[in-house]
Amino acid sequence: MNLIETREMSIHYGDEVVLENVNFGISSGEIVTLVGPNGSGKSTLVRALLGVVPISNGSVVKQDGLKIGYVPQKLMIDKTMPLSVARFLALPGQKPTSETDAVMARLGIVGLQDRQMSELSGGQFQRILLARALLAQPEILILDEPTQGLDQPGVAAFYRIIEEVRQDLGCAILLVSHDLHVVMSASDRVICLNGHVCCEGSPQVVSAAPEYRALFGVGTGGTLALYRHDHDHEHGHTHEEADNAG
Amino acid sequence: MLDDFMLRAIFAGVGLSLVAGPLGSFVVWRRMAYFGDATAHAAILGVALALAFSISVTIGALVVALAVGLSVSALSGRGHSADTTIGVISHSALALGLVAISFVKGVRVDLNALLFGDILTVTSAEVLWVWAGSILALLLLVWRWSALLTATLNEELAASAGINARREGMILTLVLAAVVAIALKLIGALLIAALLIVPAAAARGFARSPEMMAVLATVFGTVATVIGVLASYALDTPTGPTIVVAAGCLYGLSLVVGSD
Repeated sequence: MNLIETREMSIHYGDEVVLENVNFGISSGEIVTLVGPNGSGKSTLVRALLGVVPISNGSVVKQDGLKIGYVPQKLMIDKTMPLSVARFLALPGQKPTSETDAVMARLGIVGLQDRQMSELSGGQFQRILLARALLAQPEILILDEPTQGLDQPGVAAFYRIIEEVRQDLGCAILLVSHDLHVVMSASDRVICLNGHVCCEGSPQVVSAAPEYRALFGVGTGGTLALYRHDHDHEHGHTHEEADNAG
Repeated sequence: MLDDFMLRAIFAGVGLSLVAGPLGSFVVWRRMAYFGDATAHAAILGVALALAFSISVTIGALVVALAVGLSVSALSGRGHSADTTIGVISHSALALGLVAISFVKGVRVDLNALLFGDILTVTSAEVLWVWAGSILALLLLVWRWSALLTATLNEELAASAGINARREGMILTLVLAAVVAIALKLIGALLIAALLIVPAAAARGFARSPEMMAVLATVFGTVATVIGVLASYALDTPTGPTIVVAAGCLYGLSLVVGSD
């Protein structure tokens, strides 16, 4: 039984076909990584799962009362809106202080409550977004390219936290990434998307699949570098990652 | 001491500020300044239609402002360039309204009052209506407050929490149309948006939370109303514009004194 799934879902914007006949599902406790180049419809799929984009064909089915924690790719807070961390974490509903404190301790961001969101560093900001998502006590955590704008040690640290958190909570995780160098090694499944599902399977299977290589082979030499814990101690940037960040 | 008509003007302005503060804050946060203008301009067309069909001017203004507000959101939601779309509708509605009014026979319309308001001639009954409408609109905002804030931050974030950002946007449009209808008599179509934006912008400099900004915007709107009414009497200047000038001065002051 899937927590949430799409059934032969297609999404068109006018004449442009963004997603075609996508069958996607994620079950309880599963970790799924969604990879695909820019413009492959990854974010549109996430938006469809959240129910904010009209579906042209097929359907999205989710469990009744499914609790979703969502970490957006980017959150632009207009600088005219004064917003403290504590107030942000209490959106849309106030959480018990004990829970908020526990999550902030878990994520290593104790003491930021009174800071304005605009004063946070990129890494702090991402952790606050994650904290807010976790406070919803989600059954599924959806992370849409959550490490954009973080440097490599920051990315490694962020994924380490997500793995730890998920061991605690046991929630399902849907991770969206265009950064093929960083796919969680803990992924049960990797789905390669390019307007449709090109291929899916375990990280090893996908990295060896011809469809995957056809799509990503040129830029990355056909290799899928899995994020592993032994990356934690690398603090330098490789050339390719520096290029991707730019 | 203050004359009765000045007291009524001040009461009316303060009543309007109750909802104008929080609503204006949303207009600022969501960058709807131009949208607010379009809705206010549309009210002129509403007045013309109301006169032609002999219905209440306030109802006419409310209905047309709401219709224009909803169509503008629908159009800009569908990928039209929001800026241009709103500009076209805003100015067309204003011009069409002015043309339409010239066709209405048998009624002499004070254009000056429609465009710049006539707060000194409000009756006690009208003051009551302003307060009633304003409090009702404020209650709606308070009721939807958290959902509106979340929807203002991010549509997907709101959706993950079960909040429909589009619906919240429509609620805001409804409140905006109501405030336009209430404020038309007081401040006039051209300056309504100013009364929403300027106090909120002044409040930004002192606020550490959205709620504090909304409350401060109401306080500044109230102060601007009182100063504006008194100054316009002392200096024999038009009252609506004087109120907006007072609000503008508060904004200037906030730039110098404000901390954030």
